[in-house]
Amino acid sequence: MVALLMSPWAIGFTVFFLYPMAASLYYSFTHYDILATPRWAGLENYRFMLSRDPDFWLSIRNTLWILFVGTPIRILFAVLTAMLLTRPRRGVKVYRTIFFLPSMVPPVAAAIGFVFLLNPNGPINQSLHLFGWHNPPLWFYQPNWSKWGLILLGMWGVGEAMIIFLAGLLDVPRQLYEAADIEGASGRQKFWHVTLPMISPVIFFSLVIGVIDSFQYFTQAYVAGTTVASSATGIGQPQGSLLFYSLNLYQQGFRYFHMGYASALAWVLFVITMACTILLIRTSTRWVHYQGGMLR
Amino acid sequence: MPPPVRRHRFLTAVTDHTLLVVTSVIFLTPVVFIVLTAVMSDQQALSSRLWPQPFRWDNFRTALTQLPLLRYTWNTVQIAVLSTIGTVVSCVPVAYALSRMRWRGRQFAFLLVLATFMLPIQVTILPLYVVFRNLHWINSFKPLVVPSFFGDAFSIFLLRQFFMTIPEELSDAAKVDGGDEIQIMTRVIVPLAKPAIAAVALFNFLYAWNDFFAPLLFLNNPRLYTLAIGLSQFRTLRHVQWNLTMGASLLVTAPVIVIFFLAQRVFVEGVTLTGVKG
Repeated sequence: MVALLMSPWAIGFTVFFLYPMAASLYYSFTHYDILATPRWAGLENYRFMLSRDPDFWLSIRNTLWILFVGTPIRILFAVLTAMLLTRPRRGVKVYRTIFFLPSMVPPVAAAIGFVFLLNPNGPINQSLHLFGWHNPPLWFYQPNWSKWGLILLGMWGVGEAMIIFLAGLLDVPRQLYEAADIEGASGRQKFWHVTLPMISPVIFFSLVIGVIDSFQYFTQAYVAGTTVASSATGIGQPQGSLLFYSLNLYQQGFRYFHMGYASALAWVLFVITMACTILLIRTSTRWVHYQGGMLR
Repeated sequence: MPPPVRRHRFLTAVTDHTLLVVTSVIFLTPVVFIVLTAVMSDQQALSSRLWPQPFRWDNFRTALTQLPLLRYTWNTVQIAVLSTIGTVVSCVPVAYALSRMRWRGRQFAFLLVLATFMLPIQVTILPLYVVFRNLHWINSFKPLVVPSFFGDAFSIFLLRQFFMTIPEELSDAAKVDGGDEIQIMTRVIVPLAKPAIAAVALFNFLYAWNDFFAPLLFLNNPRLYTLAIGLSQFRTLRHVQWNLTMGASLLVTAPVIVIFFLAQRVFVEGVTLTGVKG
């Protein structure tokens, strides 16, 4: 009976997980263009990646930028918006809906919308003009500002993360704040010594998700690049500033059909995310505060 | 209440509300600009005037015909409905076996389910592409639908968490009455787990509706495009104007917003189910 009930997953696990993992590991040691059979290449793909492929290092730099700049901004913004919603005020439900809804917008629609909003003659830059900024950035049309366009897009869609933080904040026991009040703690002290430790598990969770998402960041960057270039060959535009790890992998695998090399990229991606996650979990015991133990 | 306390309360109320209103305006501004642009004339969309003169409501109709958005909608609905059915049908039994039955290796199997959840799609997608290509499944909905009939880690996890909360006595009573596991699952557990199943179905439907990566790989024939793919090519294919592009973006977004308001309760329950709060 167990075997029967488990069978959908067991088949799926073998066909869509075990087999492809083994196959991509094998491909990563071969030259493979789909049409001919794979040719054994040893470590050549990995050597090429680390020493000669300029796109690999460019994509690593872009991805690390999004990880180290984008993730903290996103988490901070999620915490701040969630904190605004914790105090019971009239109409708080309406505000919560307004803050949350943008995260429901399909990513492709949101990305196209922001490319328009931030285009050189678009409404945002015209507003900046009105406020006296006469040389506003060109955002998605300028390599050193394009990633900031994606950051703004990410902040606008902060809703889901915000809801999780909101739940965490509302879970902090009242008594802790009351005790802090009796001790004469200031608002800032309460934040640092009560709120922050209590929501540290949510921050930890968001950091792990942030690492995984940064290395898999694809749709928004793909859509922004191709929309700006007005062409499907515009991946990573302008000037490679939006060439993130997963876009490079997509391009190698499905545009150039370098399946062997793309598999090597996929495995490096897998190893990097695993390493980061393990590292985060290791350090977490030092700063993540679990109420009543980790396994509740 | 002493006057200083009252004044303090009044001031924090004012600051709170001001902050809430300002933040709301920031979140809403993009939407306002996009809606205004969607109803502008072609020339005005390129100009620096921000208020539409005149309002061109038939832009939406033009957007609908510029690219076959209705066909894309139908394609997307087919994929989303079929893969949602597949996920529910395959994940309920697995979650049942993982939560309501006792067997050796259950914990290990659950760990394996969680492990698949961690694996980036990029690692498996290249060999799967080769397999689907050899099966002549490229340019069909099969690569997007068939895998969902073989379980999805996140849905299994969500359903298992919910099934665990249903009291054991209910299953025991059904067993005394001579029901086997399948009967207990379909007659006792599934009816009680409706909110969880609804949340899983909703999350999967929205995921399929918004998904970009997989359709981009497997659908190269414009007749098979989903809304996400069609919309992404709106500007690149024909250099159409911003006003129509914004109109199309709004048309693609509208159903999702409607679903959100209709299914708000399912959402809230689903988020609580994930158990990520603290």
